[in-house]
Amino acid sequence: MAKYSIFSLLRNAASHHQNWDRAWRDNRPKPDGYDVVIIGGGGHGLATAYYLAKEHGITNVAVIERSWLGGGNTGRNTTIIRSNYLWDESAALYEKSLQLYEGLSQELNYNIMFSQRGVLNLAHNLGDVREGMRRVNALRLNGVDSEWMTAEQVKEFCPIINISKDVRYPIMGGTLQRRAGTARHDAVAWGFARAASARGVDIIQNCEVTGIRRENGKVVGVDTSMGFVKAGKVGIVAAGHSSVVAGMADLRLPVESHPLQALVSEPVKPVIDCVVMSNTVHVYVSQSDKGELVMGAGIDAYTGYGQRGSFHVIEHQMGALLELFPIFSRLRMLRQWAGIVDVCPDASPIISKTPVDNLFINCGWGTGGFKATPGSGFVFAHTIARGEPHALNAPFGLERFNTGHLIDEHGAAAVAH
Amino acid sequence: MTKDAFRGATGGRIDRSRPVTFTFNGRTYRGYQGDTLASALLANGVHLVGRSFKYHRPRGILSAGSEESNALIQLERGNRTEPNLRATQIEIHEGLAASSQNAWPSVETDVGSINNVLSKVFVAGFYYKTFMHPQSFWMKVYEPVIRRAAGLGKAPAEPDPDFYDKMHVHSDVLIVGSGPAGLMAALAAARTGARVILADEQNEFGGSLLGTREMIDGRPAADWVAAAVEELRAFPEVRLLPRTTVTGYYDHNYLILAERRTDHLPRGSAPKISRQRLWKVRAKQVVLATGSHERPLVFADNDRPGIMLAGAVRTYVNRFAALPGRRAVVLTNNDSAYAAALDMNDAGIEIAAIVDLRGHAGGPLAAEAKRRGFRVLTNTAITATHGSKRVTGVDVMMMNGPGEDVIGAPTRIDCDLVAMSGGWNPAVHLFSQSTGKLRYDDELSCFVPGVSVQAERSAGSCKGTFDLPACLAEGAATGAQAALAAGHGDGVAPAVPAATSVAPQPLRPLWIVPTTTPVGHGKAKHFVDFQNDVSAADVLLASREGYQSVEHLKRYTTTGMGTDQGKTSNVNALAILAKSLASPIPQVGTTTFRPPYTPTTYGVLAGRDVGELADAARVTPMHSWHVAHGAAFEDVGQWKRPWYFPKGDAQGTEDMHAAVRRECRAVRNGVGVLDASTLGKIDIQGPDAAQLLNRVYTNAFLKLDIGKCRYGVMCKEDGMVMDDGVTTRLGPNHFLMTTTTGNAAKVLEWLEDYIQTEWPDLRVFLTSVTEHWATASIAGPKAREVVAELAPDLDLSPEAFPYMSYREAVVAGVPARIFRISFTGELSYEINVPAQHGLHLWENIMRAGEKHGITPYGTETMHVLRAEKGYIIVGQETDATVTPQDLGMGWVVSKQKADFIGKRSYTRKDTARSDRKQLVGLLTDDPNEVLPEGTQLTAIADGHAPVPMLGHVTSSYFSDTLGRSIALALVSDGFNRMGQTIFAPLGGGKTVSCAVTKPVFYDPEGVRLHG
Ligand SMILES: Cc1cc2nc3c(=O)[nH]c(=O)nc-3n(C[C@H](O)[C@H](O)[C@H](O)COP(=O)(O)OP(=O)(O)OC[C@H]3O[C@@H](n4cnc5c(N)ncnc54)[C@H](O)[C@@H]3O)c2cc1C
Repeated sequence: MAKYSIFSLLRNAASHHQNWDRAWRDNRPKPDGYDVVIIGGGGHGLATAYYLAKEHGITNVAVIERSWLGGGNTGRNTTIIRSNYLWDESAALYEKSLQLYEGLSQELNYNIMFSQRGVLNLAHNLGDVREGMRRVNALRLNGVDSEWMTAEQVKEFCPIINISKDVRYPIMGGTLQRRAGTARHDAVAWGFARAASARGVDIIQNCEVTGIRRENGKVVGVDTSMGFVKAGKVGIVAAGHSSVVAGMADLRLPVESHPLQALVSEPVKPVIDCVVMSNTVHVYVSQSDKGELVMGAGIDAYTGYGQRGSFHVIEHQMGALLELFPIFSRLRMLRQWAGIVDVCPDASPIISKTPVDNLFINCGWGTGGFKATPGSGFVFAHTIARGEPHALNAPFGLERFNTGHLIDEHGAAAVAH
Repeated sequence: MTKDAFRGATGGRIDRSRPVTFTFNGRTYRGYQGDTLASALLANGVHLVGRSFKYHRPRGILSAGSEESNALIQLERGNRTEPNLRATQIEIHEGLAASSQNAWPSVETDVGSINNVLSKVFVAGFYYKTFMHPQSFWMKVYEPVIRRAAGLGKAPAEPDPDFYDKMHVHSDVLIVGSGPAGLMAALAAARTGARVILADEQNEFGGSLLGTREMIDGRPAADWVAAAVEELRAFPEVRLLPRTTVTGYYDHNYLILAERRTDHLPRGSAPKISRQRLWKVRAKQVVLATGSHERPLVFADNDRPGIMLAGAVRTYVNRFAALPGRRAVVLTNNDSAYAAALDMNDAGIEIAAIVDLRGHAGGPLAAEAKRRGFRVLTNTAITATHGSKRVTGVDVMMMNGPGEDVIGAPTRIDCDLVAMSGGWNPAVHLFSQSTGKLRYDDELSCFVPGVSVQAERSAGSCKGTFDLPACLAEGAATGAQAALAAGHGDGVAPAVPAATSVAPQPLRPLWIVPTTTPVGHGKAKHFVDFQNDVSAADVLLASREGYQSVEHLKRYTTTGMGTDQGKTSNVNALAILAKSLASPIPQVGTTTFRPPYTPTTYGVLAGRDVGELADAARVTPMHSWHVAHGAAFEDVGQWKRPWYFPKGDAQGTEDMHAAVRRECRAVRNGVGVLDASTLGKIDIQGPDAAQLLNRVYTNAFLKLDIGKCRYGVMCKEDGMVMDDGVTTRLGPNHFLMTTTTGNAAKVLEWLEDYIQTEWPDLRVFLTSVTEHWATASIAGPKAREVVAELAPDLDLSPEAFPYMSYREAVVAGVPARIFRISFTGELSYEINVPAQHGLHLWENIMRAGEKHGITPYGTETMHVLRAEKGYIIVGQETDATVTPQDLGMGWVVSKQKADFIGKRSYTRKDTARSDRKQLVGLLTDDPNEVLPEGTQLTAIADGHAPVPMLGHVTSSYFSDTLGRSIALALVSDGFNRMGQTIFAPLGGGKTVSCAVTKPVFYDPEGVRLHG
């Protein structure tokens, strides 16, 4: 794989950019099959394949994607990356991921534009304040950066925000994680694909997995639209379609699939230099490098697989947006879309072995898994390679729904994105 | 002021009796009522209006409509400024102030154009390949520079002075677009008596007819349009919506329309009406007559100001009498540009040449062009364009057979205008949003509507029907059918007016026009997406690097991601991609068309739900009294609740702590009164009412006696506390449940969910009565005296009216429900009266209590008093991870009941653990130290992160009653830690030690309560 750098760019400019390699190889399934097949070519699936190759030396791996790489939630999300989770288990997992993000452009030799511009979570009532303080204290003791901001400090950090007392839900303060921020979502998928491909992983696009074959309670391969693919181990990383794919192995998951919408404005010159999230008035917003205001809110209440949301959800979040930023009123919505998110009852992921031997699953990231992409791949690769979870994902097994050891980030949570 | 030197002497739909002056980049110009900013600028000879996104290339006006990708404008200044508006859609009015954007210091001399010099390096996706070293430079250097260079216009710096509103309407037939097909459809549908809405994004109806010189029924098409509109206006059930863009097509024929109501009027002169209005339409049937967009041709340096779409030039000369140039070269692969050339010529523009990519120019239009002596060059390409801020000429060369290369030497043709046409794309955006499937038409070389999914029909050029008589006929048929499907008329199309048909010659799809060097090799750029500066070379590069899905292509190159959403670029881009992959175009497919059709103002999406209407504020019937008595309020859900009642005098006003101490003292020693109206109240009736309660509460409810109250805890299926409250049996089949203030709606929904989905056999009905009753809670040792005075007929003796029971009586002259329940630990009566008597009740309580020093208290005092008693608050002591057992409330969980929601979970391994986080009391070693709520607790006094945590402080107050601080906390294995010392590290090096105690600090035997 030719290295990307300013020098390679200049060199290629001289040859009219005719000599660039493919970013990743586009493969058809190998007749002999693979040691590991990953179902789902989103960020998590690709990261898993990358770390299988890099950390565990397992390179006879295929990532099978039914459509185009990164076309699921990876390519639809609002790219907020933070690790300020309440519970110890979550903080450790997301913090690992944040740390991996911090060097990911260099590691993958692909600029994923990780921009640590800070994430503010606003408090609008006494309950929010109490909850914010609790979180800041827990994070401090967990060694994760986080600070409490008064309303005035919020304003100082994000000057265009409205902290007037004369609004319906005045801002009473907020928490700030300075190391949090955003990254370019497509680049995360493409960067992992390129780096995995360079290590020998096969990337198979436009190939839908239609069945999971088992013999004696053990996985032997997957049926696909390109035929049967033999596999020693199989990892399901299918986000919104997890239940469907797991169903192919007769597994029922405690997961609901809901639409989650996002939208962007037309590009404008920089006006907001951080991410602002509010659970109480329910909207969150950041500005992309291109200048678009990127925003979203909560899931649509109904379940389904149509990647279209309901319009009233947009209307509602606009009211919230203009509460926080009255100067945005004359800006315009350019594009709106939805993804299908896989929500667990406790709003925490499942990264786990399954009752079927050699079948593993990574799902339930719901509205907030982009931030976890490298960390999730790292621990899932470990789980698949060793057949046992990594210490960081041990608490996130399927068995927690039997034992009751849930990691409920809902009840205590600010916006779960 | 510059005179509009490029204005034809006659003609056009402008009002020459109403000249309009406006400014552009600070200079004053003249236009006319009826001009768009684009037409007025062209009439003044202004072509350079903007700079492109990435390379800051000079750009002019490409189109005459909403598909414009170049001419983006910052309109006005101050609180009404607006970025990124399309000059082609801005209606000018007196005093309008427009300026270019994304250029510094000016559009003429833009420093950013240095990027153009570097464009060989700044190719598609270059930023993914560099800016990685050193790591810290991304945030510090590279990204700030990129961000400053990116973005187009500027956001306003002040709040919007205008307001917006919304309308909800139902219609039989919604017709989108008012060209010949749309108007004809509207006439056909309206004549059946159907409720018709006709919406068009332009200021006038007529669509494409406004920009051509077609004849209908032997008279100018404009006359026919005027007559049609007049006829439509006369139907009472027809609603005409000009300046209204249908932006979104959602499920179940739900469409969103955005109407611009005042933007065309001089600022400030507008009447006090909403600036824009969002129409939310549920249509039985939809007719899409949205027309088509002309495709640019992808040739070398096709982006200079003065290079325009041929149809747009035609519109400017016909509709606005504006001359985009004096001497034009026309470049085309189809017949429509010939019609444009003829109209241009009639308007006085010299046609220097028609460069036709096809080998042969046949048909009547070409014949007429030749008859007029135009130089028609077939099988010829434009291989270069000259000029920088305005095109000054082109080079043309013959092409080889397949059109992949050029032969011979270039010939230069001088011109100040290039009119291009690459064919037409039906505007299938709304069809596609409706989830209809597109089909690629090889003959027309465009995507057309295929299979419909919703109740919708397409008509006219949005369906690939480009011939005028056919458009009219299709409109008539579609309108009649849509009306019939909506229950009106007989479905028979009305008679169609006469128009002439011109059978077009086939188009030549040549997606890249060749030049002397291979694409991407020379200096020239073949632009595909003008706004985002994506060239054919970028598309080919992406394809070469494996970004071959059309979505990858879009994302890697950013083609089609500009404010025009690729209306002019998408098909060219995917055709070039298809060619590079040697795949047929339909196999490559399109990207998803996403709403909105054109960008939609945030303000209008929010409508009136801003400011104080952002969310309903709920207040109790006693609210005015609280306001008059200086209460500080707390938001609890949507409710405004008195938080505390500070006393003020000349010296100043009490702070919260002083007020709360005073209020607490009053309740513990005398009497206080709390407005408890906000608590959720659900009236439960039916033969199975008790059964329902028995299933949703953890404790038993079947045998609750009439007139008795019982505290209950409600859990989720996982056994975690969800809500609590007191429920009272009012009759054999009648209960009143109370919930917490914040959860009232959630609990009702939860119960309904169970009744409707899990237990449909239960005969029980729920009604929210929260707002039907006003509630005053009178608490304190003197509460009985106060109530006795208000309800002289009621026997208040503890025997006759014991704790946890209920009576009905007349209180202060009104019928009331009285509950002897307590959240303070004191003797307490909760008096409920119908809401309209709430204020009356409250005032009477204050009067009756005056001699006892009755003190109104707020939520903060309530919190302190209940914490002294160890009563929990759901959402404060609980967070969806806490069982009743964890709260030390195992007594509320029935061991006898066969089942209730959550029961199963208590036997789960983790839920059954005895060392879970449990509710305890905390007493700081220093009695004056009040721990902040949310403080985490540890077993060791000091440590380095990660420090294991035992739990956290859920509630913490200074207790006036006890003369010291108290706290409640959830602590691991808390029940076994009684008497132990644990630590509260507060940060900044300060750690507080505290003793674990029982969570009941006051009157643990409950003597006062029963008093
Ligand atoms: C609108 C929106 C906003 C969001 N915002 C944020 C945010 O700000 N921060 C954050 O951290 N997270 C956010 N998320 C969540 C985040 O996007 C996801 O959690 C994360 O991207 C999931 O990645 P993934 O790789 O698991 O899933 P995906 O990217 O969805 O990948 C799963 C892949 O599996 C493929 N697949 C499915 N079935 C099959 C099959 N049978 N055969 C083959 N392939 C199959 C799919 O095509 C898909 O490509 C957001 C999500 C949405 C929708």
